[in-house]
Amino acid sequence: MELHELTIKQASEKLARKEISSVELTQAHLSRIKQLEPKLHAFLYVAEREALDGAKRADQLIAEDENFLLTGIPYAVKDNILVSGMKTTAASKILENFVAPYEATVIKRLGGIGSVVLGKTNLDEFALGSSTENSAFGPTFNPYDTTKVPGGSSGGSAAAVASGEAIFALGTDTGGSIRQPASFCGVVGLKPTFGRVSRYGLVGIGSSLDQAGVLGKTVEDAFLVLQQMAGKDESDSTCLPKELPDYSKFLDRGVKGLKVGLPKEYFAEGIEPEVKKLVEAAAKKLQEQGAEISEMSMSNASLPLATYHLILPVEISSNLSRYDGIRYGLSAAGENLSEVYYKSRSSGFGSESKRRIMIGTYASSAGYFDAYYKKAKQVQTLIKQEFIDAFTKYDLLLTPTTPTTAFSIGEKAADPLAMYLADILTVAANISGVPAISIPAGLSQGLPVGVQLIAAHFREEILLQAGHALEKALNFKLEPNL
Amino acid sequence: MPISIEEVERIAKLARLSFGSEEKIKLQKELSAILDYVDQLKKVETKSAVALSEGGEDPDSINLMRDDFASSVLPPEELLKIAPDTESGFYKVKSVLE
Repeated sequence: MELHELTIKQASEKLARKEISSVELTQAHLSRIKQLEPKLHAFLYVAEREALDGAKRADQLIAEDENFLLTGIPYAVKDNILVSGMKTTAASKILENFVAPYEATVIKRLGGIGSVVLGKTNLDEFALGSSTENSAFGPTFNPYDTTKVPGGSSGGSAAAVASGEAIFALGTDTGGSIRQPASFCGVVGLKPTFGRVSRYGLVGIGSSLDQAGVLGKTVEDAFLVLQQMAGKDESDSTCLPKELPDYSKFLDRGVKGLKVGLPKEYFAEGIEPEVKKLVEAAAKKLQEQGAEISEMSMSNASLPLATYHLILPVEISSNLSRYDGIRYGLSAAGENLSEVYYKSRSSGFGSESKRRIMIGTYASSAGYFDAYYKKAKQVQTLIKQEFIDAFTKYDLLLTPTTPTTAFSIGEKAADPLAMYLADILTVAANISGVPAISIPAGLSQGLPVGVQLIAAHFREEILLQAGHALEKALNFKLEPNL
Repeated sequence: MPISIEEVERIAKLARLSFGSEEKIKLQKELSAILDYVDQLKKVETKSAVALSEGGEDPDSINLMRDDFASSVLPPEELLKIAPDTESGFYKVKSVLE
């Protein structure tokens, strides 16, 4: 097995047994990046020097037995998460030259001095999009078919993990931005409960919806990372002091007796027949392992997307108001203060960011606030309650992650609403705050299909338990032909 | 309900964004389509639902407090280093009033 094919679990064991060094492991990934980037453009910045320095320090720690599980494991970071001293652009012209002056909590927790960050991955500008085509620095291409999008907004992270450029990658998920690209690129994508992981050091867009998570090769890997980065943080008051389970205890619990609901609305019109078939086959596999599968109904299933496209733009218009050309980021020359604002913002933001700012400004402006924003927040309560009720009867819901496999580059770029519909099956988890994971279910005409598992608030361990059992039962390894 | 060009201009001013006349026409179309889509929420019965932002019952929400003491996260010099323009340890901006 080549070094770039290793999982965290395998690489970490080899490092601990000193069969390989972190420098070797890191070099293997850096050369994989050099070889594939002309084809994929998953990275906006490759941190060769920083990664090798980190690897040397990691090898030192391992030699002194001062290492922990993720020491020396090379990984990639979505470019809307701050890594101190590295540029963080959020794929926007307005942050093109912004060097992060501090470190995001998730980065701090993943290793300190022995961590190996390979670089920063591409995304839709400010994580607004479902295809990574909205990046101000050019799109990322799907490793399975470079005429297709990798999904988004964490498209660079998904492509990097799928192609073996990184062992795992961090992403953020506000409406499906981890799970949807994971599904399109055939990797695992985990969005934790809102409040499970600190948002400190993320380029914020929807402060009530954003959540950092993991794109990995296996369910187990995703949870090895979550275990390290989750938990209370003084710097983020929405990160809750809930007890963090020892996830390793749940890995092999199996699914015997687990009640799994298949919400029929998630299998209805618009789902490609082959996607439906593979997802239903995955449900069957869980049943064979002893899970109790039954069809059920989530009658509010049509509401989350519309709710999302009011709540999020309002939060965006507020969060992106900080980019005014005064304290950091792009600053355009102007005659007076007002002109500096107008010129910096108008030349710095891309068209999707502007569209969302406009919608959010409209929906929260005087006279419209109650009809739009307040109404959406009330509907959110109904959606959340329906999930809470469902999880009194079911341990888990199982759905497709996306209605289709990866679409072609350019296919939806001219129609914002068609692009928004790519998130239709993933947004509900953000609107209600529950954790969800996308796991590869197979290939349809050469393109990956993902199955989404959703659990109750703060019950990520059930996703691990069922996800790991599902992977074992499906027993295949997806690999793009690069 | 389509929104007017004047509405587009009003919102753009609030958001401190400027658009050319063609961009405004395009935005008028796109914003109207998006607002049409989200208008489906108006039909949803929400009498019983209190908005989460207005004190709605949320089993997970608790107030997180910390002791009230001053702490330094980043030295001001580090933050001023990434500013477009500074003078004597302050951000420098264009005149507000003529």
